Amino acid sequence: MKRLRGREALEGYLFISPWVIGFVVFALGPLLAAVVISFTSWDLIGPAKSVGVENYRELARDPLIAKSLFNTFFYAAFAVPLGVAFALVLAVLLNTKTRGISIYRTIVYLPAVTSGVAIAILWKLLFNADSGLINEVLRLFGSLYEAAINGMASALDSRFTPAAVRFILESLRSLGAPEPPGWLSDPAWSKPALVVMSLWGVGAPTIIFLAGLQGIPRELYEAAQIDGAGKFGKFRHVSLPMLSPLIFFNLVMGFIGAMQIFVQVFIMTDGGPQDSTLFYVLYLFKQAFQYLKFGYGAAMAWLLFFIILGATLVQFVLSKRWVQYER
Amino acid sequence: MSGNRRRIRETGDTLAAYVILTLVAVVFLAPLAWMFATSLKQESQVFDMSALSMPNPVEWGNYREAISVIPFMRYLFNTTLITGLTIVGTLLASSVAAYGFARLRFPGRNVLFIIAISTMMVPGIVPMIPRFAMYKYLKWVDTIKPLVVPFFFGVPFHIFLFRQFFLTLPRDLEDAAKIDGASTFQIYWKIMLPLTKPALATVTIFTFMGTWNDFMGPWVYLKSQAKWTLSLGLASFQGQQAFQTPWHLLMAASLLVLLPALIIFFVAQKYFIRGIATGGIKG
Repeated sequence: MKRLRGREALEGYLFISPWVIGFVVFALGPLLAAVVISFTSWDLIGPAKSVGVENYRELARDPLIAKSLFNTFFYAAFAVPLGVAFALVLAVLLNTKTRGISIYRTIVYLPAVTSGVAIAILWKLLFNADSGLINEVLRLFGSLYEAAINGMASALDSRFTPAAVRFILESLRSLGAPEPPGWLSDPAWSKPALVVMSLWGVGAPTIIFLAGLQGIPRELYEAAQIDGAGKFGKFRHVSLPMLSPLIFFNLVMGFIGAMQIFVQVFIMTDGGPQDSTLFYVLYLFKQAFQYLKFGYGAAMAWLLFFIILGATLVQFVLSKRWVQYER
Repeated sequence: MSGNRRRIRETGDTLAAYVILTLVAVVFLAPLAWMFATSLKQESQVFDMSALSMPNPVEWGNYREAISVIPFMRYLFNTTLITGLTIVGTLLASSVAAYGFARLRFPGRNVLFIIAISTMMVPGIVPMIPRFAMYKYLKWVDTIKPLVVPFFFGVPFHIFLFRQFFLTLPRDLEDAAKIDGASTFQIYWKIMLPLTKPALATVTIFTFMGTWNDFMGPWVYLKSQAKWTLSLGLASFQGQQAFQTPWHLLMAASLLVLLPALIIFFVAQKYFIRGIATGGIKG
């Protein structure tokens, strides 16, 4: 018996040995080496030169570090909560057992499988300030609004003094339909544009929420109904607590992903205009692979690692207050 | 009476859900529909101010032109080769490791599995610089090896997915095979692996989506244009055109690049959804 167990253990190690080797060569080794490299100045052409903690000091001095961190946090602060909330709403809507619902599900998941360069190029065209689809649609709404105001004018004329009519119409005009934003060409709108784009890809968290909703036992809803809960009450007191571990999961994963946003900005803006979309990983990538400052890049990577680790730990601590795990 | 009223209210709710979902569906489909429409327009029509217009005349020839202005077939071949190898690699290596973690008992198993899972949390950019240095030293830069070889040692998320699946299979199967004198490897290869078809499908789809669309990896490692992937080809095609971007051709080429992913999604949607749901629910 003992010999059999020894044999099983040996076979176990044999089965996982490819992963162990891969882990040492492609993960553990590089991580240790990244520590060493971060204390050097190295262009990968000549030999590495030890510079002590100089790279880390430079992190504090480099204004583009602060700028790119701000940009990245700004993006994550909007894209992640909005994305999770949107996914939750979509999942609730998609969680009906009516005919044709699977078509809607497919459509919502669809963008999640399309990523990368092709999609970034597509959104660059969609956000085109002059004649992109988004601004064309906004202008269409604008002209409809304008037409509605003009239609109102004749109805108002007979009832109010001309001065009052002009005041009402002017304030209505100023409320709506200015020229739509320049999106990627406007530093104030470039980050919101990327947030809008990210909302298009909420298929994955939606799938997770939908699976979670389908796993909630019916009895809980029935019990809530007996207690007099309406539709919203059931969502608030049954669905939401039951889904809270998944909300937490999606927030954590969404944040980790948002902090590493790269391809979109590399293709669509290259960090511009005026560094407004210079996100952290893009800046790191430029420092390492374009300016060949690999030592500095490694120090930057560690800063990102600790920021993500720290933020994730904070989320875990805070989660104790609102996430309800089944016991 | 109250039952009737409730039924009316429920019908109203369903109707409201349909209206909202239809709006969402239109918004979600619009970008891809727009991509398709633009790909069929003449160059002069792309920025026609009546941009909401449909392509007229319909220029199917854009597709022929798009695949000839860039070496599309070459990039397609390179991308297919890299994607195919990564899929084979991770299917073999991840399932072997997962079988070990799920079905064989050995000291330190749980600790090692937790280590495997926690490497998923490390931002990909952190080990990237030392890996690049290592590949440079090995003279692997400008080959597909850095993009392919690591997959033959297993991918933690895929190990996790396979392990979840192996755990659901009954033990009797192995016991019966053991009595018949099968070795552990034979049990894994001949009995257990064929039973994990859903997991194999899920991992295949995930790996396909990840590798087919990958940009950063190929950008870092593939220097000569003859070795480029579709992502690199598209990016460079877009980048060269500083002033007059040929959007109609770019959209045609982009749609061709997306097409395999879209087809696979429609064919195997079930496995894709199951994989994402497993990652969230059990993770």
